[in-house]
Amino acid sequence: MLIQKKSDIVPSEITPKEVFDNRREFIQKAGFGLLAGAAVLSPALQAATLSSGTTEGAGRLVGRANTPPPLTIRSHQKISGYNKTAYGAGEKLTPYDNITTYNNYYEFGTDKSEPAIQSKLFKPTPWTIAVEGEVKKNKTINIEDLYKLAPLEERIYRMRCVEGWSMVIPWIGFPLAQLIKWAEPNGNAKYVEFISKADRQEMPGTNIPILDWPYNEGLRMDEAMNPLTIMAVGLYGEQLPNQNGAPIRLVVPWKYGFKGAKAIVKIRFTDKMPQTSWMKAGPNEYGFYANVNPQVEHPRWTQSSEKRIGAGLFAGRIKTQMFNGYTEQVGQMYAGMDLRKYF
Amino acid sequence: MLRFLTATPNKEQIFKIKVFIFALCLVPLSRLIWLGFHDDLSANPIEFVERSTGFWALFILLATLALTPIRLVTGRVWQIQLRRMLGLFMFFYACLHIITYVWLDFGFVWADITKDIAKHPRILVGFAAFVLTIPLAATSTNGMVRRLRDHWKQLHRLVYAIAILAVVHFWWLVKKDIREPLLYAIILAVLLGIRIYYKKSKQLKPGLNRNVS
Repeated sequence: MLIQKKSDIVPSEITPKEVFDNRREFIQKAGFGLLAGAAVLSPALQAATLSSGTTEGAGRLVGRANTPPPLTIRSHQKISGYNKTAYGAGEKLTPYDNITTYNNYYEFGTDKSEPAIQSKLFKPTPWTIAVEGEVKKNKTINIEDLYKLAPLEERIYRMRCVEGWSMVIPWIGFPLAQLIKWAEPNGNAKYVEFISKADRQEMPGTNIPILDWPYNEGLRMDEAMNPLTIMAVGLYGEQLPNQNGAPIRLVVPWKYGFKGAKAIVKIRFTDKMPQTSWMKAGPNEYGFYANVNPQVEHPRWTQSSEKRIGAGLFAGRIKTQMFNGYTEQVGQMYAGMDLRKYF
Repeated sequence: MLRFLTATPNKEQIFKIKVFIFALCLVPLSRLIWLGFHDDLSANPIEFVERSTGFWALFILLATLALTPIRLVTGRVWQIQLRRMLGLFMFFYACLHIITYVWLDFGFVWADITKDIAKHPRILVGFAAFVLTIPLAATSTNGMVRRLRDHWKQLHRLVYAIAILAVVHFWWLVKKDIREPLLYAIILAVLLGIRIYYKKSKQLKPGLNRNVS
């Protein structure tokens, strides 16, 4: 029941992480003159914003010892008080370094190594999510309240990218259903649309019209309410790094990774199927459902097998499972549907 | 200083240039081996090696195709002597690219490989480009040049098809950000364009002369 897999990440493995990051940074600074400027500047800038933004919080921290520290979102900030779950028992976790340096996050650049560098100026706090559309009334919720909306859980999920690679990630989050319950959609709500942040200063990639910014994704209402669907705020016991979608992102483990919208600022309930960024970018390649399906081929990538990230140069491929191995939990939602048509 | 750019190197100097370029062409492979031993081939090492070997095959191919335009534009010819070596290095990196794909990526599972080639146009054009390089590499010796005579030149025109297929192969790989493949497409278009321009102007001249007389 309890996930003893934690033994995979022995403390000695965690410690060199910073060392690794530093080395990465150094290499990348050496490589890109301009980026180096930003990378050097960012800690100073971050420090400045944090100190100016949380004077009140700092006072509280000094004043009363037993109140929890104010929520400041920075990298390597531990999340306290989350429950372990049985999800992903027996899976070998993808190393933290791989999860945080190999990212598809076009708002910070189209190369997978770019988000880790380019997201340093991104400010995940303060943060609010606006709820609108087919709801009783429009509302907003800030990140501090989102943390308190439901008990946080660790969910170890497989993530399968449409490009034919996969990871196993120990997310921390809460069921999206809890947020939907709070949002109070009305009877017309058939779909949920997720809109990501697109700030031209903080997210340099959004200056280039590669996708129709802001990034948006969507789920059918039953998919959104499925217990597997979570809003993630952390991974590996820490708050989400910027390059992984800080401060809050969607995780839908039986769908291809691009369905997991990052840095969500708006949730809209609709009666019509939303047109997502990738559907607009390539209608014959990326469908609304985007369920992991080894039987439905993609024009570019093999979908019947995948490369597990972190497995090494000689590990080869593993077979891709229907619904990424979550058929038992989600299969019934698609009973009778032609999954070749609704890919 | 500028004499260095305009002077024609003698035999000994050409030998030195060849040794230098030979060593230079081995740098990408040495880098991969170095990174491999230091466990630094990114989170997705198979893809890293595939991309890297593919990139260098394309880069060296474009370098090979630049030698003739240099002759056409500047009139200098000595650099043509580098063509065979560069062409063979292109083939060398293309082979590494294919080996990575067949072995590291697909573990010699031929059923999956055939399916991958058949189902994905991007793989198909890349595979076609590779197959076309084989006869060129096989006929690169002096003996084959002599034996094939005029056919040799015709056969080696395949390199233009190979280059176009290689750029298309790269173009279809990227999801949305086409800037990098676009750059190579433009370079290739310029290199081929110069050839066509000079060929056209050469054809036009005798015609004009005839009209005059």
